[in-house]
Amino acid sequence: MSVLKYAPEALKNLFRPPVTTSYPFKPFEPADRTRGRIEIEIDQCIGCGMCVRACPSSALTVDKNAGKWTINRFDCIACGFCVEKCPKKCLSMQQFYQEPGPEKNEVTYTKSPEVLAEEARKREEAAKKAAEAKAAMEAKKAAEAAAAAKEEK
Amino acid sequence: MGKRSIIPYGPQHPVLPEPIHIDLVIEDERVIEAIPSVGFIHRGLESLVDRRDIHQLTYVIERTCGICSFGHGMGYCETMEDIFGVEVPKRAKFLRTIWFELSRMHSHLLWLGLLADAFGYENLFYQCWRIREKVLDLIEMTTGGRVIFSVNKIGGVLKDISPEHLRLIDSSIDDIKAELEVIKKTFIEDSTVQSRLRGIGIITKEQAHALGCAGPVARASGIRCDMRKRGYEAYQFLDFEPIISDAGDCFARCYCRLMEVFQSIDLIHQAIGMIPDETDISIDVKGNPTGESFIRIEQPRGEAVFYVKASGKPHIDRFRLRTPTFANLPGLCEMLKGAELSDVGLMVVTIDPCISCTER
Repeated sequence: MSVLKYAPEALKNLFRPPVTTSYPFKPFEPADRTRGRIEIEIDQCIGCGMCVRACPSSALTVDKNAGKWTINRFDCIACGFCVEKCPKKCLSMQQFYQEPGPEKNEVTYTKSPEVLAEEARKREEAAKKAAEAKAAMEAKKAAEAAAAAKEEK
Repeated sequence: MGKRSIIPYGPQHPVLPEPIHIDLVIEDERVIEAIPSVGFIHRGLESLVDRRDIHQLTYVIERTCGICSFGHGMGYCETMEDIFGVEVPKRAKFLRTIWFELSRMHSHLLWLGLLADAFGYENLFYQCWRIREKVLDLIEMTTGGRVIFSVNKIGGVLKDISPEHLRLIDSSIDDIKAELEVIKKTFIEDSTVQSRLRGIGIITKEQAHALGCAGPVARASGIRCDMRKRGYEAYQFLDFEPIISDAGDCFARCYCRLMEVFQSIDLIHQAIGMIPDETDISIDVKGNPTGESFIRIEQPRGEAVFYVKASGKPHIDRFRLRTPTFANLPGLCEMLKGAELSDVGLMVVTIDPCISCTER
């Protein structure tokens, strides 16, 4: 048992370079897997809402028809569950962290007008096709009913 | 005999990492009785089971604690896997073990620093936390988080560790071990440290048993209890013996935790050597299960108990978590009786209080 057991190490520390880095002058180096913040490739999003249902902190909202995806970055706990659940893999985890801010505000991502127009056109086409199919089905039913009535006569 | 008076200790006190309030009944400079009160940071995590589904709960329960987060997430997943009746792939078991031991290392190194700070050895405190930073870097490299891992899922783990990273962990913890040897010499041999820790806050084996102490506090009193010996995850394949000391004082608790860091390094070496070369790291579980389960795991602070009751609904009926600090509080009150007022801070630190866990 003795005193000053740590003294030699402490003296050596005087001549060692600092362990800490002088952030922000030297930028932060994240690891490849660092869970920083969520980013979205909004044009790929299909608005299925899987991320909204997965989010444990209810930080996400999706408006499918308006093509909007909203995140409250200060509610987000960066768990990565939405990234895991996204069927189109348009959500990703970026290595940089969310910057601090004075308000807990939401950030909304909106699809580009071209993509929205394209989607609206596709929806219209689908609706048109569905209407045509429905009309054809009704016509078929009516024809069958008429045939049945004719047979009965 | 002096006049009795009550000193309120905490919830805000320089030595306390987290808020706990203790009413110290003192006579002159000696503590006669200690009456703890908790409940300053209750967050109602257990009641969130009504509003979050079983998979979201993994992330919620993991955030019970900022230090032993991995164990909480893993304990919950194990409990749910028991209800689902599935067994996780062997590689996932080893990955969980490696991460769990890394988390134990960083928790113990944090505590060693806090202890050094509590007895006024600032330099030692810096060194402990400097070493801890290297462990945190390994954790960030493999999971993406520094203290919140978020890699557990019901049925396995979400991320794999590549062979290069396994090799890097293997060599890095050897470097950490070399640095720890210097710290160990100071903690165990330095007479200033000894004079602050030896013979203070003694809990005998009988007292520790009667008061239900857990983890390093119980092991420092000579009770051979380590839930890792239950053989969950990959611990069944690893060779280790719980670290026990007989003295039951503050030094014994320091010794147990310090040696457990070395033990964790050894366990990680063993796990990396034995990890199977598979690609399966998780299995999918579907549906809402029915049943109840009860799991005990060894957290850095001691035995944690998980209970889940599910009845086929999207939300489970009941989740209960008994944390090790809760089990150690009666032991703390017992050791405070008869203590000098100046030693109170040190004794509170030696049970490694994690009040946020306790209050959830």
